[in-house]
Amino acid sequence: MINLRDAGSNFWDKLNRVQRTTFILVILGFVLLVPYMDTFGPTSFVNTPIASFRDALVYPVGMFVLMGLGLNIVVGKSGLLDLGYVAFFAIGAYTQAILSTTTSLNMWEILPIGIGLAMLSGVLLGLPTLRLRGDYLAIVTLGFGEITRIVVLNSNFTGGTNGIPNIPPPPKIGPIVFDIMNPQNYFYVVILMILLTIWMVRRLSIRRAGRAWEAIRQDEDVAMLMGVPTLRYKLWSFTIGGGVGGAAGVLFASKVMVIAPGMFDFQVSILILACVVFGGIGNIWGVVLGGVALAYIPERIRFLTETRQLAFGLVLVIMMNFRPDGMLPRKKREKIGEKKKEIK
Amino acid sequence: MRLEIKDLHVFYGKIEAIKGISVVVNPGEIVTLIGANGAGKTTTLKTISGLRPVASGSITFDGQDISKMPAHDRVALGISQAPEGRGIFPGMSVLENLEIGKYFRKDRKHEMKEDLEKVYHLFPRLKERAFQAGGTLSGGEQQMLAIGRALMARPKVLLLDEPSMGLAPMMIANIFKIITEINTELGTTILLVEQNAQQALQRAHRAYVLETGHVVKEAKASDLLNDPDVRAAYLGTGAGAH
Repeated sequence: MINLRDAGSNFWDKLNRVQRTTFILVILGFVLLVPYMDTFGPTSFVNTPIASFRDALVYPVGMFVLMGLGLNIVVGKSGLLDLGYVAFFAIGAYTQAILSTTTSLNMWEILPIGIGLAMLSGVLLGLPTLRLRGDYLAIVTLGFGEITRIVVLNSNFTGGTNGIPNIPPPPKIGPIVFDIMNPQNYFYVVILMILLTIWMVRRLSIRRAGRAWEAIRQDEDVAMLMGVPTLRYKLWSFTIGGGVGGAAGVLFASKVMVIAPGMFDFQVSILILACVVFGGIGNIWGVVLGGVALAYIPERIRFLTETRQLAFGLVLVIMMNFRPDGMLPRKKREKIGEKKKEIK
Repeated sequence: MRLEIKDLHVFYGKIEAIKGISVVVNPGEIVTLIGANGAGKTTTLKTISGLRPVASGSITFDGQDISKMPAHDRVALGISQAPEGRGIFPGMSVLENLEIGKYFRKDRKHEMKEDLEKVYHLFPRLKERAFQAGGTLSGGEQQMLAIGRALMARPKVLLLDEPSMGLAPMMIANIFKIITEINTELGTTILLVEQNAQQALQRAHRAYVLETGHVVKEAKASDLLNDPDVRAAYLGTGAGAH
């Protein structure tokens, strides 16, 4: 089987600066045109039947990629299995819903608050539970996801079962209007958030945090023996991952305008985790690909109605059979860092 | 920089693994803990480095009680360990493994270089393998890496947990030779846990014999080599004839 991950990094390494910039601009230009692919003759096959293509691009596609990247910090970078990631998404969404309907704050002002609250809940969840390992941590996070959903389901301030309606969309920025008629503009905001997250993760990965996470993932006991404050860095990965989920939630609520507890059930956590695993745990581009694939395919095959989930499950099983490490797995390294030395 | 363990008790759940051990390691010494499987040797080391909590008793280092201190702070104080089974990060290169060894100290380029040179001098093989993934090294090379990595922290006390485990006889002799070098050339105090009592007693200054969580003997290593009980239990008959 060809190693797409290595093929990609070899291709990238051979490019010079100008070529790289051109390549990025071309890709970015392509991404900006994606919302119009359904109306452009030759590419109209991408259109999603039943669901609106442009809406589907924002949720689930863009949101899944964004949340996949956030969850990847937790699961892929530091190796902590989080089965309740949807909780952070829900906290972000309800922050937007409650604050935008009860105060005069707009979505852009609420965004940092939503991220902050999601991060804070990451700390509150992490402090007592991150001493647990592996399966135990997975079960506690699963519980956290469920508790969050049940709390919003049974509280008055969250509107209970009915959820919260009439969430205002973000105010316009110059000529860019956010309303039902222009879902592509939400898509661009998601793309921006995705780019920021990728940039942040890449920065962190090459720094002390990244090395600490890598050590913790490979062997937590030894990481402690090497002087890595493991609890602190596990908490960081939880918090940063949670913040990304919170950001996604805030934007989501302002896009769909009505939110209800049913949108934040366990299945979302599992789907996001599936994006990460399907794409390739720990590899940013794998996660992006996994998010796009797992969010888009169910929308594209919506015409199958009842058999849709079956077909989707079958695709997953077959793919994982052929590529158990994901579409673009983390680089398997045997010779490491030599290239860097040659450049020096 | 005296490491002193007083009346240490450690539990795994309800099972008491260490039942009141007292051990002293003086600066510049090589002290070895020998004993059979399950005697509590590894648990003692893990408790010193902070991986296992102390139930009662104390661990003091340089007069300071460290028994409640988190593991990473003990590394910063100067206690570092080459763990049982080597604990190499398989997906990191040899160099990255070594760099992690001094994680608690923020990047200082020249210091890093100095420490690397020191480790490469002791283990030239690691320099040849610098960019190879840790998981692809042989057992002996991994043990060298584990010791080298612990040395990167500039430890005052080096804890070695069964460095001879699973190695070929030639490699065992080589590793023990280097352990002596670390002690004499770098002046590092060493606490060595071993099942290979023969080698350990030949290299160490003093030794403790552990049995089911108790210290049953404490003496100069050379005396223990000639002790009839120790010879019968840990060295096998005629083992002294090497």
